[in-house]
Amino acid sequence: RVREAVVSTQSTGDKINVFPSRMILSVMKTRYKGAQKGHSLLKKKSDALTLKFRATLKKIIENKTVMGDVMKAVYFSLAEAAYAAGDISQTVIQNADKAQNKIKFTKDNVAGVQLTNFTMHSEGSDVYQLTGLGKGGQTVTRCKETAQKAIKLLIELASLQTTFITLDEAIKITNRRVNGIEYVIIPRFENTIAYIVEELDERDREEFYRLKKVQDKKKVIRAKQKKFLEEYNAKQEAVEAASEAAPRNLLETEHDPDIMF
Amino acid sequence: MTKVTMAKSHLLGLVGDEDTCTAFLLGGIGELNATREANFLVVKQDTVIGEIETFLKRLLTRKDIGIILINQHIANDVRHIIEAHTNPIPALLEIPSKEHPYDPLKDSILKRAKGMFSIDDMR
Repeated sequence: RVREAVVSTQSTGDKINVFPSRMILSVMKTRYKGAQKGHSLLKKKSDALTLKFRATLKKIIENKTVMGDVMKAVYFSLAEAAYAAGDISQTVIQNADKAQNKIKFTKDNVAGVQLTNFTMHSEGSDVYQLTGLGKGGQTVTRCKETAQKAIKLLIELASLQTTFITLDEAIKITNRRVNGIEYVIIPRFENTIAYIVEELDERDREEFYRLKKVQDKKKVIRAKQKKFLEEYNAKQEAVEAASEAAPRNLLETEHDPDIMF
Repeated sequence: MTKVTMAKSHLLGLVGDEDTCTAFLLGGIGELNATREANFLVVKQDTVIGEIETFLKRLLTRKDIGIILINQHIANDVRHIIEAHTNPIPALLEIPSKEHPYDPLKDSILKRAKGMFSIDDMR
């Protein structure tokens, strides 16, 4: 990016240091318009992101409330299974080998911001197919199902959370830019344009004044010339009148006008 | 809005007490990777906080973990690590345990949105 020389004074504030000319003025006006357009576009982006942000937050709060209930159900069915099948915790923990339920990323785009979401993805076989076959198999299966439901919900919740954090950052950055344009860049252009217009006007005024002065001077000179010419003509007439009284001398060269046919 | 699905699938990590781990492992999220490293940690009465911290930090740096589930009462012990984690992925999700019901006031995520909602919304 090119950094331009920015001058700031107490009275006028920040402005870009340029030599005032009509060309520069039109350039500055175009850039000023560009800054305004950029500002309104960024503001729209910020508004769109904030909307999505609030919607996401609402969903998160709803989901977290449901999560509390779902988890209670999970622990309840676990207790039931423990009652029927005995302590299965050791078997379960030691047999963990390959996860059946995993997550896949999905990328989404909102108002130019890329969001990552999760979806549940099952692959492979159930490691615990045979657990609890000895006793209380039904309760174990029920616990499994409850847990899987809970996992699905938690994955959705995590998705919302990620969206929430990503949007939060994006909104902060965008708002920073909006404020930067609104409170620094645009006033700078306004000051620069005002300054250039002022200088151009002053130049015009100076030019006008100069012209007026020259005209006045010319008037004076013309008046002097006129006076001089009148005096000269008057003198000439006096000389001619005097020379007409005397007889013509052919020996003196006279001006002979040509006879034209 | 366009949706694109990535090819690789990721795991859920888990830091919880015995009951939580049993339940979720039964749900099929537990895995041991090539070096027999687990994606879950069973936190017992005698587990040191240092161990939890190390494990959580490890989970956060692992590339194949997308979501980390952690009981809220354990999260309170390692609050500093959770607050320091600002990346959207892996997502840190605080879940209640059998003894400790969910407390929205302590949730790190909701703290960021402080002021935007009131406790009444949670009821």
